[in-house]
Amino acid sequence: MRREIRFSLNGREVSAQVAPHESLVEVLQESFGLHGARESCGQGMCGCCTVLVNGTAVSGCLYLASLVEGGKVYTIENGNELDAVQQAFIESGAFQCGFCTPGFILMTRQLLEEQPDPDDDAIKHYLSGNLCRCAAYPEIIEAVKLAARKRRKT
Amino acid sequence: MKRAAQSTETPQVGRSVPRLESWLKVTGRAEYVHNLRLPGMLYGKIFRSTVAHGRIKRVDVAAAQALAGVYRVITSKDIRELIPEPYYGPAFHDQPILAIDKVRYVGEPVAVVLASDPHVAEEAVHLITAEYEDLPAVYDEVEAMTSKAIVHDILKPAGTFPDLKHLGGRKNTNIALDFHLRRGNAAEAMQSADRVFEHRFRTQQVMHTPLEPLVSVAESTENSLTIHTASQSPSFVRIEIARLLGWPENRVRVRVPFLGGGFGAKLYIKLEALVSVLSLITKKSVKLSLTMEEQFFTITKHASTFRIKSGVSKDGRIVARECEVWWNGGAYADIGPRVTQKSGFTAPGPYDIEHVAVDSYALYTNLPPAGALRGFGIPQLVWAYEGHTDLMARELGIDPIEFRRQNLLRDGRPQATGTVMKDAAIEKVLDRLEALMDWKSPLKNTSKTLKKGRGIAIGFKACVSPTTSLAAININADGSCIVYCSTADMGQGSDTAMAQIAGEVLHMAAESITVVHSDTDVTPYDMATLGSRSLFHMGNAVKLAAEDAVRKLNQLRSELQLPADCPIPDIFKKKYGMQAGNVAGAGSYIPTYKSPDANGLTDNATPFWMVGGTGVEVEVDTETGKVCVTRMVNVADVGTPINPKIVETQISGAAIMQLGFTLHEKMEFDAQGQLRNASFAEYKIPGFLDLPASIVNEAVVAEQKSGPFGGKGVGESGTFGVSPAIANAIHDAVGVRLTALPLKAEDIWEKLK
Repeated sequence: MRREIRFSLNGREVSAQVAPHESLVEVLQESFGLHGARESCGQGMCGCCTVLVNGTAVSGCLYLASLVEGGKVYTIENGNELDAVQQAFIESGAFQCGFCTPGFILMTRQLLEEQPDPDDDAIKHYLSGNLCRCAAYPEIIEAVKLAARKRRKT
Repeated sequence: MKRAAQSTETPQVGRSVPRLESWLKVTGRAEYVHNLRLPGMLYGKIFRSTVAHGRIKRVDVAAAQALAGVYRVITSKDIRELIPEPYYGPAFHDQPILAIDKVRYVGEPVAVVLASDPHVAEEAVHLITAEYEDLPAVYDEVEAMTSKAIVHDILKPAGTFPDLKHLGGRKNTNIALDFHLRRGNAAEAMQSADRVFEHRFRTQQVMHTPLEPLVSVAESTENSLTIHTASQSPSFVRIEIARLLGWPENRVRVRVPFLGGGFGAKLYIKLEALVSVLSLITKKSVKLSLTMEEQFFTITKHASTFRIKSGVSKDGRIVARECEVWWNGGAYADIGPRVTQKSGFTAPGPYDIEHVAVDSYALYTNLPPAGALRGFGIPQLVWAYEGHTDLMARELGIDPIEFRRQNLLRDGRPQATGTVMKDAAIEKVLDRLEALMDWKSPLKNTSKTLKKGRGIAIGFKACVSPTTSLAAININADGSCIVYCSTADMGQGSDTAMAQIAGEVLHMAAESITVVHSDTDVTPYDMATLGSRSLFHMGNAVKLAAEDAVRKLNQLRSELQLPADCPIPDIFKKKYGMQAGNVAGAGSYIPTYKSPDANGLTDNATPFWMVGGTGVEVEVDTETGKVCVTRMVNVADVGTPINPKIVETQISGAAIMQLGFTLHEKMEFDAQGQLRNASFAEYKIPGFLDLPASIVNEAVVAEQKSGPFGGKGVGESGTFGVSPAIANAIHDAVGVRLTALPLKAEDIWEKLK
């Protein structure tokens, strides 16, 4: 039932044995030990499982692993240096328990690619698919704006 | 990342140190139990009851057991071979590890399938069938007082709490605890009062929904057990599992990494007893990780009904108050009896009232169990007494803030229990709310259909007592420092706060200090991470441990005839001839406390008070009833903030969470006790689009003199005032009063018609 798929994971060519029903989050965790994308609500409502597939954010707990064959997958674990968004999240104290944080960071990166200088309203709407039960929302808005400033400077 | 120990004269307390674990959390590397996989591990999936109250006639697991890939199916029969009386709980030993003879709510665990592939285990669960003989069920907390449906045939108090002992063996009752307080003579004073007001308020059942659902892993040998668990109370887990097994504590090890949120859901025993027996029975490592849906069947927040009655004099003084509170504890007591008693202490609110009567009841019903959720019952009480206060002020034609000020409980005055208030900045919180809300400025309606209104509410809480925290500190030979404590960092920033407190004593940068996470083989005892107790109790213990280490270092300096300012590494070099050795400091903290007497009175109810107030401006759409909170001001007395940034996030986060409980969240049950909305698709928690346009948070200038460097707890204070402030503002805007949560647009619209 399992078959081998090949794809690019955080810039490296990899392969994995996957079953047809397995989600991308399961394969990232079981085959690659990457736990930054994590299942929470299991319905694509919370954003904790966010993964970038071919440049677009997907809900990794619903996205079938088989579908990434030949594609490019990026997770929160990509890169060794903190980027402007991660730095801004730290400086703004934009998280508490941290369970939802990777999803917010990946979505913020995508937001800032599309809109380098978003206002509050744009931030709220773009990130409305991500939930934070600790409700660090005001701090996240602050972090997104700080990240935008940092990115414009460099 | 190597952090060098650095000596510093910079104050550590009062500085917004970024969380110590920041890098781990923004890179997805923080350790949660969810990440853990052990070699040969089995996954457990739970088969749950489909009836609210029934005698188990038959559970058929044959088809599940026969499915390829299934390792084993376990029922209570297997568990009783290991533990004859497998009942657990912090207040009552009433909860079976898996249902025995009876099921008491829809969703109660009945059997478990184990398989190395979780999908196989899940599939096998669907092959299990069960047959029940339906028993009459009770769902409402007030009905439960007199219902013929009895949830537990016999009450079984745990014995841990002396004041529950008298309930042992009681039959034919759903009352798990009744707490009564009598101060003065409320009934008499009520009769001589000029005006009497009486109202009834209700709150709904809601769930914590930590985004990391409950998860536990157990591994065992023939005589030892290690439990890796997302728990707020590792010391309790160890003691309770050891009790169940009849083992000494040192054979049970409980490890807790970071928690992906807790809010009270991860207290006491949740999955730990089940995962432990599964591992002991199979001699394999076992993981249980719940889905979001399953969390709703595990632990919730009490629904409640509160009847409140006040006698008021002509000049606006509240002279008497009666409070009758019924708490819907669900099928198992969990910590409900404690919620009932401790919140009973403050049910009359932060007012100076001479004659008070409180009757508070913990009830069993056939709903999922209720426990602690960010406030330990206080938000339910504030919802009622602050709605009541607002209604009285309106009736009396007195400004709501003035009415409160006139009756406010001030430092030096005895509170309902008789305990004299100390370091509780209630008046300051009210003053700051008034100023930040710009209370006296008129609100102008600019639209015909959008009506503006303003409301405030304040509440207070007695920290649960008496509870114990111990901490240890190690000073290594290079002068670096490690703090050992069993406080669970579930996002509240305790690691950082403890490092700041230790750093303040040791003159070291907080960032250079390592905080070891709970591991009962390593970190000392702590009652639990709950009720905003850790900063105060564990903070005091860490401070004492650090002071102990300083004392020992100074002793060494003097023994070795070294100058008083001799750097730490040089002490060890002189003593041991090389970089070797260490100095250990220990600290233990338990505040004084006096149990309430037969009248519920005590002169020492709590080591500290928490105070929180919220003011809101709302817009109500008169055509739809929709409420939009446009401005929210949260003010709290947190003593001296140890980390101002984290304190603000705690106040704000608590208030936004409570906003969800106020406007949206409600567990919806049908007539058979079936929960209909156990998922994020149907149960909506606050997201970005629910935020008020403006949020202001403030910690008033205050000091908790008995706290570490003036600090005290902050995790819950932001929740207190939110719900009644919004209801009061809706009343102000459109003249509609809702007395049950959540405040739904359709209910407002119905009353506007």
